[in-house]
Amino acid sequence: MADITAASKPPGRGFFRRKKTSDENNLAGYLFISPWLLGFLLLTVWPVTQSFYLSFTDYPLIADPTWIGGANYDRIFTSDKTFIQSLKVTFTFVLIVVPLKLAFSLIVAMLLNRQMKGMSIYRTAIYFPSLIGASVAVSVLWRNMFGVDGYINGVLQWFGIQGMGWISHPDTALGTLITLDTWQFGSTMVIFLAGLKQIPNEMYEAASVDGASKIRKFFSITLPMLSPVMFFNLVLEIIQSFQMFTAAFVITQGGPVDSTYMYAYFLYEKAFRHFQMGYASALAWILLVIVAILTAINFLASRYWVFYESGGKK
Amino acid sequence: MRNLYPRIGNQLLMMLFSFIMLYPVFWWIGASLKTIPEMSLPTIWPSEPIWANYTEGWQFSEKYTFAQFFKNNLVMEFFNVIGGIICSSLVAFGFARVKFKFQNVLFAVLLVTMMLPLQVTIVPQYILYNTFGFIDSYVPLILPHFIGGNAFFIFLVVQFIRGIPRDLDEAAKIDGASVFGIYYRVILPLIKPALVTVAIFTFIWSWDDFFAQVLYLSSVEKFTVGLALRMFIDQFDIQWGQLLAMSLLSIVPSTIIFFLAQKHFVEGIATTGLKG
Repeated sequence: MADITAASKPPGRGFFRRKKTSDENNLAGYLFISPWLLGFLLLTVWPVTQSFYLSFTDYPLIADPTWIGGANYDRIFTSDKTFIQSLKVTFTFVLIVVPLKLAFSLIVAMLLNRQMKGMSIYRTAIYFPSLIGASVAVSVLWRNMFGVDGYINGVLQWFGIQGMGWISHPDTALGTLITLDTWQFGSTMVIFLAGLKQIPNEMYEAASVDGASKIRKFFSITLPMLSPVMFFNLVLEIIQSFQMFTAAFVITQGGPVDSTYMYAYFLYEKAFRHFQMGYASALAWILLVIVAILTAINFLASRYWVFYESGGKK
Repeated sequence: MRNLYPRIGNQLLMMLFSFIMLYPVFWWIGASLKTIPEMSLPTIWPSEPIWANYTEGWQFSEKYTFAQFFKNNLVMEFFNVIGGIICSSLVAFGFARVKFKFQNVLFAVLLVTMMLPLQVTIVPQYILYNTFGFIDSYVPLILPHFIGGNAFFIFLVVQFIRGIPRDLDEAAKIDGASVFGIYYRVILPLIKPALVTVAIFTFIWSWDDFFAQVLYLSSVEKFTVGLALRMFIDQFDIQWGQLLAMSLLSIVPSTIIFFLAQKHFVEGIATTGLKG
């Protein structure tokens, strides 16, 4: 760390900050960020490029990779039925989970924002599932709850509904994973709640003076003011939902009849059960491209609905 | 008076809703003491608590008890948390307080990495660790926390440091402090709250980072709690009572931390949009 001390200036000169970055500052800056930089090069840049190369090879891990051109991609897009199935499952999952989570988050955050007594208790109660939800333990719990002998069937019996094996039936298995993920909307809700608290009360008061209805206030004040938070959550939720793994692994193992064959699980099986590293790398790059396209669409579309206070609609 | 009824309505609604949200957890506590037939009942308390679910579940096999798995996991967490704190504070200080070339570009890159799906790096990472003989060790699980770890944490601490007045740095500079001195004596003591948040989330996330654990740990003696639970569920005849009891124990550390440090949680999430 002796090099960093060299960056200190003699007393008194620090008041005039130099416009250009000095050599000492460059050195100090890079030393400080070096842990991240090292990790970034070693665990991100190199692997991402390497996996691009591997996606054009046949690589069973025990032998060296052999170049096979676009054969992996060709097989994925033309003859791999599992690929299509896992895309279908994953898109269904994302398309249902993301809107559900955002809707629940918004509604509950608005309810909690009304200076309600015991607000912090409710907030804790609703946040708690997202604290534990990603664990193996909760997947175990879910597998029991929604099994043939699970208590969910017991509850349904009160309402005269015939129980079933929710996890072992291909029509409902994905639904159990969706409930598990939606159950964890609490962390998103807390972010919405923080966003709602930022909206100045005067806006609502001014609107009331002008005789705006509650619904009008929601659409003209709450939604636009909350749109940056909404956008942020939308982008991250989509990316995260695409990578859902633990529940598909522990609760359903992709089954029954591949009905919960989530993309991340598919990739895991190809890479670490069948040791088809080249094929799995191609799958990983396809995932990257899908996520990148969706994120880009999100950013482009955000111009039309995300409202930034300072500069109006951007 | 006019506002009273809707208010009571809201209270009841939130109470009911919170209750439904937490019901699986309440049920879980009861079920961990139930017999198998009782487990299909939605009721919480068992007619007679079976404490053997805990004692027998804890005695995982002849060779290993859950004490071993908890110990493995906690030792790993200890290093992860240390790594997370050192790395995020150093890197965040660099980005927030030192001016260097390509700083903005690199910070943008850091933000973009938060959105990168981990699947795209996992295969080459595995091959890398395999080449160095680190498979079936804790190195692949601990090392990332020391070299960058989660970009979220760096971002969180950067935001926190930006909120600290620069006058403090300038004053220290006048007193002859070096850049590292400013980091160590001025900034580090002030960012403790942010670092507590980093520590908490590092702990909880790596406890639940099942994907990496499945990939890199294969011998039972090194298993984490999550992997041990997975082995439990793979048995042909699942001992549900024991399994639910041990699963419940496995969320106890995270839950205790959550309730001890609730304030940090809510602030941390609210300011950066961290996911729990």
